[in-house]
Order: sequence, then structure tokens, then C-alpha cells
Amino acid sequence: MAVSFKDVLRSGEFVVTAEVGPPKGTDISEMKSHISLLKDKVHALNMTDNQSSVMRLSSLVGCHIIKEMGGVPILQMTGRDRNRLALQSDLLSASVLGIDTVLCLTGDHITLGDHKEAKPVHDLESLQILKAVRVLASGVDLGGNPLKGTPQFCAGAVVTPEADPIEPQLMKFEKKVWAGAEFFQTQAVFDLETFKRFMAYAEKFDVKILAGIVLLTSARMATYMNQHVAGIYVPDNLVSEMASAPKGGALQKGIEIAGRMIRKIKEEGIAHGVHIMAIGKETVVPDILQAAGL
Amino acid sequence: MIVAERKPFDEIKTALAGCRKVFILGCDTCVSVCMAGGKKEVGLLASQLRMSFKKDGKDIQIDEDTVERQCNREYMELVLSRLQDYDLVVSMACGAGVQLLADLSEPLQILPGVNTRFIGMTPQDGTWEERCRACGNCILGETGGICPVTVCAKGILNGPCGGTDHGKCEVDKDKDCAWTLIYHRLEKMGKLDNIRKDFPPRNHLVQCHPAKQVHEVYKGE
Ligand code: SF4
Ligand code: SF4
Repeated sequence: MAVSFKDVLRSGEFVVTAEVGPPKGTDISEMKSHISLLKDKVHALNMTDNQSSVMRLSSLVGCHIIKEMGGVPILQMTGRDRNRLALQSDLLSASVLGIDTVLCLTGDHITLGDHKEAKPVHDLESLQILKAVRVLASGVDLGGNPLKGTPQFCAGAVVTPEADPIEPQLMKFEKKVWAGAEFFQTQAVFDLETFKRFMAYAEKFDVKILAGIVLLTSARMATYMNQHVAGIYVPDNLVSEMASAPKGGALQKGIEIAGRMIRKIKEEGIAHGVHIMAIGKETVVPDILQAAGL
Repeated sequence: MIVAERKPFDEIKTALAGCRKVFILGCDTCVSVCMAGGKKEVGLLASQLRMSFKKDGKDIQIDEDTVERQCNREYMELVLSRLQDYDLVVSMACGAGVQLLADLSEPLQILPGVNTRFIGMTPQDGTWEERCRACGNCILGETGGICPVTVCAKGILNGPCGGTDHGKCEVDKDKDCAWTLIYHRLEKMGKLDNIRKDFPPRNHLVQCHPAKQVHEVYKGE
């Protein structure tokens, strides 16, 4: 039987999570094949919530399917598409379905997605969703009304260790810790020296940090992320390493780099675990784990 | 002030198709300052319409005037009697002004001549920036005089999101990240601890639409 994520965090084991995206449409066969490929190889699987503001099957239903298939789901919840009633209602529903781990996010802005004219909700932001999780656990809702049956969650949040400027990011990190975050999955890290500096600071807090590992699939992707994705910096040596890959071998190179980083993070005890984001390439996650010696 | 922009000429012209006598009523307050619906813009629109209809061989009478403030009853009463014979009045005021005109001149047909956009200020001539969403519970005193509700694309109250990038916002590389601005401002003020404060979810009840307020002195009248 799958162990709960909270127990995994407590066990002191090196934690490995990965990410699965729900489909746009009702055909869940590919999502299910990703789940069955990964569910026993990682401790838990995140189910994204209309990731990048692109409309998809809900993360709640996706998590339910992970659960049904015997995996451990992490419910991603953003405040972009739902107000405080809908968010609390979904948290109750998740709890009833046995989903007990939630990652609280503000959400990408709606104009980055495929329904640019929609109304962005943002009634609650990441910190306030974290707090809502804790309030519900105390037996009342955000309106102060008693609950009949109380949901308990292991709550997590995200942090960007390479944000610039870093100070306000760290202040917010601390607020998330105070609000009850038990674990953090970070934005992708590539420069482990910078990440170590962040960890030297984060270690002071009683939370588990899972380093974000994004699979590089080409030198072009690395350059693109450097130019366009906030908080991600791929150092030059990694970009050239990707560029040096033989024709058709870039993906293999990316797997090698990701595996090497995970191995180093584990062996040197840099973080408590890793969160692997192989956006669109979920099927190679086992290869990354193998390259990492996991 | 309220910032608006003139509706596209063709949209206005099309809406006037069946009319014989049209009045264009400007407002000399906010929309005049943002060069959308003041005296000058009214004059410009009126002559453009006259020329365009003339070219089409249509005989439509266009008259114009501008009042001090269309959202104020006293000013509107000075002009109302002159509007009676017109088929339609194009109001160049903000949405509030248009509605007061419609209320006071019922059942006269009205048409908004501008699109009302936001409450803003003028950082430099010819540029207007939205700076307040009239949230009903101002926290500028905590945030160094920079409004997170408005300037942050997601209205975040508790510090930057993960999309902040070298001082810019994830929504638009040309837009400053509100929380980086707030951070630097508070640092200069020696008030960085304000960011550590816990800001609860906003109370939308104080903004419940349509909002209404009556001054103490006028209560019970
Ligand atoms: S906090 Fe912002 S939106 Fe609210 S009243 Fe103040 S400036 Fe306006
Ligand atoms: S980048 Fe800054 S301004 Fe833009 S949504 Fe995030 S916190 Fe708000």
C-alpha cells in the first residue's frame, strides 16, 4: 500500500516527486499511462492545475485517478480560477476522496494561457490558500462557520531560489513557513552553487525542500528559458554541454544532466529531495531516475 | 482621475445612422484631462462626423457643447432643456456621467462616446497609468505608497509571486513588478518589516456593487 506523503517527509528518506499534467479533453489514456509508469518509482505525483493558464481536466479528478491507480497524489491548487468558496469546497472534496497533500499556488497569470479574455479570480493568493488549509483543519471555514467533519492536509508551497531580487522572495518564503507549509518544491535549479546558498538559509526552518529539476531537451530550450522564464538560469557550461550533444542525442544529454544533478543533490545532502518536471517528456522520468542511481 | 479613451470613429458613426439631429455633450473634468471627451475632443468629433456624413450625402445636424461635470446634477441641469429636440445625445463623459445624463434626460436616446478604462494618474504628459481599483480599504500606508491591488497583475498582498523577473512582471516584460517596486521603496523608508506582515484575504463586501455613500450631513434628509 502506498505510504502517505507526510510519512515520507517524516521518514528522512530522500524524497522524489514528479509531475503529471491532465489532458485537454476527456481522453485520459495518456495521463493514465504516465501515472502507471511513474507511481511506484517516485514518492508522489503532482497533478497540475490548469498549468500555464491552459484549460484542462481538473487537478482534483486527476489526483483521484492517481489515487485509484494506487499512487500518491499531490493536489496543485491555484487561486487564479476559483474564489475562496470554490477553493474550500474543492479542499473538502479532495479530503473526502482521500487526497491529503496539497500544493498551494497563486497561479500563472491568465493572459499567459489559452483563454486570455477570461476573468482572473485571485481572491486568495498562495499564502492565503495555505492559511485556508490550516483554518479548515481547525474545524471552521474562512467565514468562521463550523465544519461537520474536518479535512487534514499535508500542505506545501513553492519558492524560487534564484529570484532576482532574492530578498522579497525569501521574506515570502518565511511567511509561507509561518502559514504552515511543510514542504517546498522549488522552481527549477541548475546552478547548484546558488542553490546551496539558498539552502544554507532555508535549513534554519523546519520544512522539507525538494529541488526543482527541469529536464533540458535542447540547447535552444535552455537559452529560451534563460530569456523568457522567470527565476530560471541555466549556466553557460550546461548550455554548451547541451549544444555539444551529438545529433539526436540532446534528450539523452538532458537526462544525463538531470540525473547527475539529482545524484549530487542526494549524495551531498544539498536538499531533502527533488521534484522532477519533465514537461511533455514524462516517459523518460524513469531514465532520469536511473541516471541518478535511484 | 477617471481615464477613458474615445470610441473608434466608425463605431460612433454607425450608431448614428438613423438620426437627423444629434447632440455631442462633452465633460470638462477627467475625460478632458485625458484628452478623450473634453471640449476639444467634442469639437473634433463633431467636425469629423459632419464632414463624413456630408461626404456620404447625408443631412445630419450635429450640435455640441461641453459641461463642467457630467456626473454632477447641478451642472447637468444647466444643459438639459437644450437636449429635448435631439434624436440622440452622444455623451463623451465617463460611464458615470453617461448614466446621470440618461437618468435626467429619460427617455432621450443616448450613446457613450468613450470607453471608460480606469482610475489613474499622469506620470508624464500624454501617459496615464492605472493606480487604484477603488478597493474600499486602502493599504498604501503599508506598501510604501504603491498599490499592490492595482499595480500587481494578480493583486497579491503578501509579496512577489514566482513570476517576478529582474524587477519585471511575468505578464509583460515592459511592466514593473509591483512587489519589487514595493520592496525597494520600503527599503528606502526603513519599513521592510511591512512585507513580513500578514495581509488577510481582501474584504470584497466593502466594495459590494453598486457601492453607495451618503455624507453624514445629508443623512436623514
Ligand atoms: S489599496 Fe489600492 S485599490 Fe485600494 S484604495 Fe488604495 S490605491 Fe486604491
Ligand atoms: S511578477 Fe510582480 S507584479 Fe507581476 S504578478 Fe507577480 S508579483 Fe505581481
